[in-house]
Amino acid sequence: MSFKSAVITFPGSNCDRDALCYLKDLTKGEVHNIWHEETSLPKVDLVILPGGFSFGDYLRSGAMASKSKIIDEVVKHANDNRYLLGICNGFQILTEIGLLEGALIRNKKLKFLGKNCFIKKKFKNNFNLSIKDNQILQIPVAHNEGNFYCDSETLNLLKNNEQIAFEYCKGEFSNTEENINGSLEAIAGITNKKKNVLGMMPHPERAYSDFHQSQDGRLIIESLIS
Amino acid sequence: MRIKILVRLKGQILEPQGKVIEHSLNSLGFTEFSNIRQGKLIELDLPDNISKEEKAQKIDSACKKLLVNDIIEEYEVLG
Repeated sequence: MSFKSAVITFPGSNCDRDALCYLKDLTKGEVHNIWHEETSLPKVDLVILPGGFSFGDYLRSGAMASKSKIIDEVVKHANDNRYLLGICNGFQILTEIGLLEGALIRNKKLKFLGKNCFIKKKFKNNFNLSIKDNQILQIPVAHNEGNFYCDSETLNLLKNNEQIAFEYCKGEFSNTEENINGSLEAIAGITNKKKNVLGMMPHPERAYSDFHQSQDGRLIIESLIS
Repeated sequence: MRIKILVRLKGQILEPQGKVIEHSLNSLGFTEFSNIRQGKLIELDLPDNISKEEKAQKIDSACKKLLVNDIIEEYEVLG
C-alpha cells in the first residue's frame, strides 16, 4: 500500500515546497498540498506542518497559525493515531496548538541560527526507528525561536514517557556546540505521549537529496515507511 | 474604553533581549540600570457600555485563547 502524505501551507510558510519534494521523492506516494483555510484533509498517513514564518511570526511564532481553520482537521488526524510532523515553525505551531508540551522561546544568544547542526536520537519512536543509537545526524537549522522550554514537572514527564526524540550534540567539526540554542537539556525534538506527533527544530527536508550537503534527513521518512 | 494588556515572560524564563538592552544602556553610561526585561503591550478598544464582569471575562478569555501563552508568559490588565 502506498504511503500518502500532505503538507499544510500557511501564509509565510517557506519550506512547504521543500517538504513536498521531500515527501514526493522519498515516499513515492500521493502527496497533497493543503492551504490553511481548507476545512477538510484527505485521509493520509503523514501530515507535515512546514517551516517558515507563518503570519510573520506575529504575536508569537506559530500562535496565529495554531488558530487556522485547517487545525481542527490536523488535530483529528493526530487523534486518529496517524503521523504528524512539525518542522521548525511547524514545531512551534504544534506547541501553540497544545499537541506537544512546552514552548519555543528566543535563542539564548539572540542570534538567528542558519547552519548545519548535529543531533542524535534520545528515545526510540516510529520517526527514528532507522537511526542507530549514538548515530550522529547532520541536519540544518534555521530559526530564531528554537530554545525549548518547559517547567520541571513537564520535563520529568517527557523523560518518563520517553518523549524526547532528538537532542543536539557535538558534531564532527571542532567548532560545533553541544547545545546550539540553549534548549532545556539540549532538546531538538519531542513527541506527544502516543508518539505519533513529532516536532523538531532541524530541517530534515533540507538534508535528503544528492545536492544537499547531508542526506541524513532521509532517515525520518525511511523510519515511517519501514 | 481603551484597554491595555501588559504581557511579559514569566520571571524564571531567560529574556535575552532585556540582557542586550541592559548591556547597551550600561555602555551608554546608564550603569545604575539592571535586571532589564522587555515585554509587550497590547492595546484595544471595548464598548463603553460593557459591564465590568463581562469586560474581565472577555479579556481573560482572549488572553487564554490567543494573546498569552501561559506556559511562558503572564499578563496584567492596566487601568
